[in-house]
Amino acid sequence: MNLVNATAAVIAGAALLFAAPARAEGTIKVGLVAEFSGPFAGYGKQIQNGIKAYMKQHGDTVAGKKVELVLKDTTGPSPEIAKRLAQDLITHDKVDFIAGFGLTPNALAVAPLATQAKTPMIIMNAASSVITTKSPYIARFSMTLPQVTEPIALWSAKNAIKKVFTIVSDYAPGIDAENAFLKAFSSHGGQVVGSVRVPLRNPDFAPFVQRAKDAKPDAVFIFVPAGEQGIAFVKAFTERGLQKAGIKLIGPGDVVDDDVLEAMGDATIGIITTHHYSAAHDSKENEAFRKAYAEANGEGTRPNFMAVAGYDGMAAIYQVVKSLDGKMDADRAMQVIKGLRLESPRGTIYIDPETRDIVQSVYVRRVERLQGGLYNVEFDKFPNVKDPGKTAP
Amino acid sequence: MSGFAAVRLPDARWHPAEVAFWVALAAAPFVFPGHLVLGSQVLITGLFALSLDLILGYAGIVSLGHAAMFGAGAYTAGLLARHGWGEPLSGLAAAAVAGAAIAWATSFIAVRGGDLTRLMVTLGIGLMLYEAANQAARVTGGVDGLSDMAVRDLLGVFPFDLAGRTAYVYSFAVLFAVFLVCRRIVRSPFGLSLRGIRDGARRMPALGSPVRRRLIAIYSVSGAIAGIAGALLAQTTQFVGLEVLGFARSADLLVMLVLGGAGWLYGGLIGAALFMVAQNQLSSMNPVYWQFWLGLLLVAMVFVARGGVVGAIGLARERILGRAAR
Amino acid sequence: MFTSLPGVLFDGVAYGSLLFLMSIGLSVTMGLMRFINLAHGAFAMLGGYVCVVGMARLGVPFLATLPLAFLAAAAAGAVLERALYRRLYRRGPLDQVLFSLGLTLMSVAGATYVWGSGQQPMHLPGFLLGQVRVLGVDLGIYRLFLVALVATITAALVLLVRRTRFGARLRASVDDAQASAGLGIDVTRVFSVTFALGSGLAGLGGALAIDVLGLDPTFPLKYLVYFLLVVVVGGAGSIAGTLAASLLLGLFDVSGKYYVPAAGAFVIYALMVVLLLLFPGGLRRGAR
Repeated sequence: MNLVNATAAVIAGAALLFAAPARAEGTIKVGLVAEFSGPFAGYGKQIQNGIKAYMKQHGDTVAGKKVELVLKDTTGPSPEIAKRLAQDLITHDKVDFIAGFGLTPNALAVAPLATQAKTPMIIMNAASSVITTKSPYIARFSMTLPQVTEPIALWSAKNAIKKVFTIVSDYAPGIDAENAFLKAFSSHGGQVVGSVRVPLRNPDFAPFVQRAKDAKPDAVFIFVPAGEQGIAFVKAFTERGLQKAGIKLIGPGDVVDDDVLEAMGDATIGIITTHHYSAAHDSKENEAFRKAYAEANGEGTRPNFMAVAGYDGMAAIYQVVKSLDGKMDADRAMQVIKGLRLESPRGTIYIDPETRDIVQSVYVRRVERLQGGLYNVEFDKFPNVKDPGKTAP
Repeated sequence: MSGFAAVRLPDARWHPAEVAFWVALAAAPFVFPGHLVLGSQVLITGLFALSLDLILGYAGIVSLGHAAMFGAGAYTAGLLARHGWGEPLSGLAAAAVAGAAIAWATSFIAVRGGDLTRLMVTLGIGLMLYEAANQAARVTGGVDGLSDMAVRDLLGVFPFDLAGRTAYVYSFAVLFAVFLVCRRIVRSPFGLSLRGIRDGARRMPALGSPVRRRLIAIYSVSGAIAGIAGALLAQTTQFVGLEVLGFARSADLLVMLVLGGAGWLYGGLIGAALFMVAQNQLSSMNPVYWQFWLGLLLVAMVFVARGGVVGAIGLARERILGRAAR
Repeated sequence: MFTSLPGVLFDGVAYGSLLFLMSIGLSVTMGLMRFINLAHGAFAMLGGYVCVVGMARLGVPFLATLPLAFLAAAAAGAVLERALYRRLYRRGPLDQVLFSLGLTLMSVAGATYVWGSGQQPMHLPGFLLGQVRVLGVDLGIYRLFLVALVATITAALVLLVRRTRFGARLRASVDDAQASAGLGIDVTRVFSVTFALGSGLAGLGGALAIDVLGLDPTFPLKYLVYFLLVVVVGGAGSIAGTLAASLLLGLFDVSGKYYVPAAGAFVIYALMVVLLLLFPGGLRRGAR
């Protein structure tokens, strides 16, 4: 067989379309795209645990349909993996919702798919403001960095902190935090004496912390993704003697994430942060949540802000399915979600119908040692904070 | 001089097994309609492996940084699409130029020095580009990646659909076309001289063969092809992440090529298919198992294969394909 | 800005010393056996895990885990060299790369399986924590300890190589293994002992590095580049060259991050390419 025939055979193969098979009825499938291995393994785990707590409390059936979770592991900040997994979930598993997203890069990569496939996308952690603008089918149940950062800037300006050195991770949420802090802090009379951005993967904090120390600020503002990086940072911070030199540590609550706070030890006592959820939050809903969480995941396990977002995200999904009586339609689902109000374990939350982003209270807290261990104890609050990252163009 | 009789220009005819291979690939959209996304990724990686085969299998250059050219192509196509020029085929051409340019610029150091230096240099260049892309986050998107790419319909008619059909056909067509070109190259006198360089670079100048120029040429061609593969990935997934330049991509590629056998053009394609399908299946079960067994396989291959990995594959393919293999 | 220079330089030297300890084994292996061992980082990782397990599970004090880390890694090196590496000395670079890459993957997967993918927590003993003021500069006590320890080990190594018979045999084998064998030197034995020693030092380095670099299963891959960089730039087989390269790289890395944080890791790789262009044979062999 010669070349011409070979090529002809190949071109003949370049042909046409045929219909996709019908979807299975009777179940509501929720695809959970998150990090279950690698350095951010705690993210997917907490989100999943929060979901399990909800399902323990409210059962696994809504409007006569069984709710099924399909888990996919992105292994870390790997947008191309996340995109491929989401595509699998949509075309193969034919999910009704895609949820999860522990990291912003992964959420950004999947956003166009949500639009193309008309599948509601529920963000349960990723915190960069821009995410919800990427698709009309995205709704967020976690927080945004500007939302939880502005309060600490305002609090610091009012509490004798004049000069701050900022250190953030070099990716969208970090940059959001840096900008939000700078804007709010300087407009209230504060001065940012220096800023550095640390690489997201394999950060090496020592030189950056040293630089911060040499700038002699009143406080260091830190944002790194919650978990291990927080541990490494606080370690470098104490070892270099910044605490001894009287430099305070402030920032959004990611650095003293409930998931690792106990492991970080007493070096954290006194750190003041602002965040939307603390495991020590005093409310009826939180008590019930913590109980369900321990039942679903083991005695002594503690939820963090990602678990709460998983919990509330699931609550929203159940609400949607109930309102639509099990007949899934993406546009109608989004209608239900816009303006949705929930009594969350963190306080009251509601989804802004214009931006589809979350509006919630942000608390100022201090790390203290309580009877059960180290906790972020709330002592002040900024109610109903909308994402300031959106009001600016 | 018993080897003398076997040395002549190879046969240009197609072995039936080869034809079957290509027809099978072309038939995939009908046989596996639900797996086209993975399918096009396999084809694209196969193309990338093909580019490495040209320099490793035929010219003997071991590179741990081939992702540099792949990534250059991906970002070129990605940036073009992002900033208004979404036409796919011209994006491919631009990516080929970018890949060739990077390869050409780095070839001067890459073809110099001994094996270890070359390995380090290729590795170092790959890492440098990765860091550069990371730092230039305003342009490349950094860790967050480059999205918002507006890739226009292929040939103005076929949109890139969610199920991946257009992507598959597109990747297949490009792969086949490039394959034909590579086939031509390796069966030409130029291709033969490359093998001469691989087997005994010191002797080649005695035959009047300009070693460095040949190596630079094939390195640049390989870079162009890697760039095309990168662009394909960018256009079909409408996204470019930093990992296109990562060390893991270069290392995995080397493994794939060796699995399939370097030096006969099909090795890269087969290796890519085996590797990616296995990884897809095993990784979803448990990523740790995949890594472990892959490592064990590599170690086993090195020991069990007589004359090393390349040698063993060589024996196998000689037996199966006879003279057509060379 | 310049008031910070001594502190930055010190940090760079500390980092460089750590790199030296971890890379010297690789350097000698490459110079001696001409073997490209990408799995060298796995021995460092092993030492690290021995230290962590020793402290956390067995309650061994930190300083006591250091010789244990050394011995464990040296033993692993000796066993692997005998069983596997020895058969591959004559193979081409591709086989060596594949083999060592495979070994690395297995070690990474194994570590993940046994200890999980997270960072290993480690608490140094109190007397190594904090800082001390020397001539107006705050120096970390742990880093001072590191530098002192590595300096001692380096001195010991130099003595070993220059003043002992084993050292003489080693130097002869590095220069020309065939001729040395012809002179009756048991080259195989030199290889084994050297490999074990190099792996042991890497293990020790790994244990010492936990506080500075952290420890997780991806350690061998993360820092592989740095080790290779040091060896290639410094010249395989040369203690002085490796030391110079480690210190140089350590200084550039830390100062780069301190003074130009936006450039980050880029500085190191750019430096490497430049050095390789100027000194293709490594720093030791001088400019070509």
